[in-house]
Amino acid sequence: MIRQAAFPLLLLAAGPALADSSLPPARLADTQLPDPKQEAKAAALMETLRCVVCQGQSIADSDAEIAGDMRAMVRERISRGENPDQIRVWMIERYGEWITYDPPLSGRTAILWIAPLLLLGGGLWLARGRFRRRAR
Amino acid sequence: MKRPWLLWIPLALFALFFGVVAYRLVNPADSVIESRLVGKQLPQFTLPPAYDGRPGLSSAEFAKGEPRLLNIFASWCLPCIAEAPMLERLSAQGVAIDAIAIRDRPADVAAFLGRNGNPYRRIGADMESRVQLALGSSGVPETFVIDGKGVIRYQHVGDIREDDVPMILEQLRKAR
Repeated sequence: MIRQAAFPLLLLAAGPALADSSLPPARLADTQLPDPKQEAKAAALMETLRCVVCQGQSIADSDAEIAGDMRAMVRERISRGENPDQIRVWMIERYGEWITYDPPLSGRTAILWIAPLLLLGGGLWLARGRFRRRAR
Repeated sequence: MKRPWLLWIPLALFALFFGVVAYRLVNPADSVIESRLVGKQLPQFTLPPAYDGRPGLSSAEFAKGEPRLLNIFASWCLPCIAEAPMLERLSAQGVAIDAIAIRDRPADVAAFLGRNGNPYRRIGADMESRVQLALGSSGVPETFVIDGKGVIRYQHVGDIREDDVPMILEQLRKAR
C-alpha cells in the first residue's frame, strides 16, 4: 500500500529529462523588429520556413529552441537589409527544398502547381453532363 | 446501364487512397534531415572558446591536410552522454576531433566534459545556433567528417554508437 502510494510521489520528485538548453531565447527570437515594414517581411518569411525539429510547423509557430534561433537569424538579416528570397535560398542551400513551404517552380515541384488546374478541369469534365441537362 | 464497371471506380479510388495511407502508417517517412553541404566547402566561421580549457574554433583550422571530425554537442543533450565514450575511443586511435557546443554556458561545458571525458582539441561556443544553421545541421549530436582541404565529406546525424565507430573510421580513411 505504502509502495503503491510512494510511486507517484517519486515520479513527481523525478526531474524531467529536458531536451532544451537552459539559456534564454535569442534576443530577436520573440521580439519584433522596430521597423514595421521589416517585421512584416520577416514574419511573412518565417511563416514559410519549416522548423527542422517539429517538422510539421513553421518556425513562426514552433516553440523549439532552434526555431527561435532561426527566427532571430531571419530578423537580424532582414534588419541588415537582406531580402527574404536571399535568406530562403540560403536555407535551401543547406537543408534542401524541404525547408520551405513555398517551393520554387521547378520540374520536380511543377505537379504541385499544375495538379489543382488538372483536378478542376477533370471536375468540370465530369460535371458537364449535368450542366447540359439543367439547361434543357 | 451501359458500362457497369464504372460503378467500381469510386471503390477502387478509395482502396488506393486507403492503401497509400496504410503504407505510410506502417512505414513512416524518414525524418532525418541531411545537410546539403556534404561534398561542399565548410562554411566560414569563427567561434570563441566554449570554456577556458580548450581554444575556440574557426573554419580555418580544417583545411590543414588531415581529415578531422567536427562534433556538434551540448551539455544539455542526453544522447551526447551516450556518444562520449565512442568519441574517446576514436580520439585514442589518433582521430582529431573538434567540437561546437550549442547554446551552452562555460561552467556547464566544463562540468559535462569533467563527467564524460574530453576528446576534443578545440571547442567553439555557438550561443544562438548560427554556425549550426550555416552547416545545415538540425540537432545535437551530429558529427561531420571534414577532409584535409576543408570539404565536408560525411554527416552523421544522431549519436555515434559502438557499431558506427568502424564506419566513421572508414569515412575518415576515404577522406584522406
